[in-house]
Amino acid sequence: MSRYLFYPGCSMESSAIAYHESLMAILGPLDLNLEEIEDWNCCGATEYLGINLIPAYALISRNLALAAGQINGHNNNTVVASCSACYLNLAKADHYMKERPVLGEKVNLALAAGGLKYQPGALEIRHLLDVIINDIGLETVQTKVVKPLKGLRVAPYLGCMVPRPDYNKHWSDHEHPNELDRLLKALGAEVIDFPLKTHCCGGHMPQISPSTAFELIRRLIQAADEYHADVMVTVCPMCQMNLDAYQGETNRHFHTNYHMPVLFFTQLMGLAFGLEPRKLGFGKELVDARKAMSRIGVEVPQDEMQPRKARRKKEGLPMPSMPGEEAE
Amino acid sequence: MTAEALVSETKAPVINPNPNLRFLEEVSSRTAGVSRLEMCIQCGTCGGSCPSAADMDHTPRMLFAMIRAGFREEALRSNTPWICVSCYHCVVRCPQEVHITDVMYTLKSMAIAEKLYKETTAPDFSQTFVDMVENYGRSYEFGLATRHYLKHYPLRLPSMAPMGLGLLTKKRMEITPRRIERIEQLKAILARAKELELLS
Repeated sequence: MSRYLFYPGCSMESSAIAYHESLMAILGPLDLNLEEIEDWNCCGATEYLGINLIPAYALISRNLALAAGQINGHNNNTVVASCSACYLNLAKADHYMKERPVLGEKVNLALAAGGLKYQPGALEIRHLLDVIINDIGLETVQTKVVKPLKGLRVAPYLGCMVPRPDYNKHWSDHEHPNELDRLLKALGAEVIDFPLKTHCCGGHMPQISPSTAFELIRRLIQAADEYHADVMVTVCPMCQMNLDAYQGETNRHFHTNYHMPVLFFTQLMGLAFGLEPRKLGFGKELVDARKAMSRIGVEVPQDEMQPRKARRKKEGLPMPSMPGEEAE
Repeated sequence: MTAEALVSETKAPVINPNPNLRFLEEVSSRTAGVSRLEMCIQCGTCGGSCPSAADMDHTPRMLFAMIRAGFREEALRSNTPWICVSCYHCVVRCPQEVHITDVMYTLKSMAIAEKLYKETTAPDFSQTFVDMVENYGRSYEFGLATRHYLKHYPLRLPSMAPMGLGLLTKKRMEITPRRIERIEQLKAILARAKELELLS
């Protein structure tokens, strides 16, 4: 059994809690051992890089230094990241400090102020999906499947920052990688050859230029809908957040009524491994996944937020509604 | 001009006869890694691959031509880097392997340093995010969202209420921030990094 260093990233503790819960649930069946980097800090997402160069790279590299300090006889020098932006930032810092040694020197001068140092290249940065596909392997995954997702039509959606820019050539293609498709097929799902699988979800645009974001979200949701997907499956907290939480606002912006549940691939893995939906973070999604999951006989718990009956009268003014609410 | 003068002029070391070229060098030197910005052949693959190009003042290709021509202020005032979604589509397609996304980060940081941005929403968002990270060592979505939306999108709040409420009741957003244990260590590292940034 391999023991990896693990960088969860901030989203895994909040908006992508379903990703975290489902990942923890499938570690056992996968015989995967993740050792969290102690006292890790935020990677800066896409924000810090646009403000200050050296501080942004120093922020990322504190994590690399801590991780390198945690290497011992029981684990290897691979850091696994589950969030796409975290994965890219960690890989980017390591790569650019090698490509431009003067950056590495300055970052190390900054790290020295905290008693840390990092030798670029000391760690290997990999995404969770890459480890599952290439280290654990689809054959092993398949042997764990007790409840194939037969009849569930899924649109695999990777987003941008996993297959691109891919400094260390971990992925089969920059624009149409097949890793997620192969994994979902191994789980027994009906996998759509989704042409927009690495298109952008809008990133931080809902906060900066909402109309830009809504257009990017619409393209993805509409395409998945036209391909008659039951659910979209993602590997990234940011993609899930944009497509799920902003789907309602996007619908209002375009006067559409799409209803496309967006789940994490680890949640579907857990289901196929026969685990309880409650332990896999189901019910955390804002776009209701109950109807889609009932197609394969899975009951999604919704006890955390009971949908309230609308108190307004039918003849009242039209009010904004969440996707899935009955249009009145 | 005498023949001798001509000879001596051609022998003189030519460093940047065109002072405008210094802007290209400046952008390049402030970019992480080797930007390869000077390698751009103006093919336009970047703009053609860009999912948000329609909302940009200039496509990346145009922006790079402006940088090369020394249009310093125009380039730093362009909304292009702020509309870039960091999807890296252009980066993997660029035949010259220009680090386009990283150049966009550089232009943002230069525009912030010189206060040349036209619209405050994006720089404010980045700064608020970074403030939270510098204080807690973690991102703090609830603080970030409330501060940012109240300031920049008060009219969107009614439309966003169901989402915010959903995230809170489903425990996908924490009301209090998480702080790392060794926040003082991180602060010391970032303070030193900022000094180094000013020196370069």
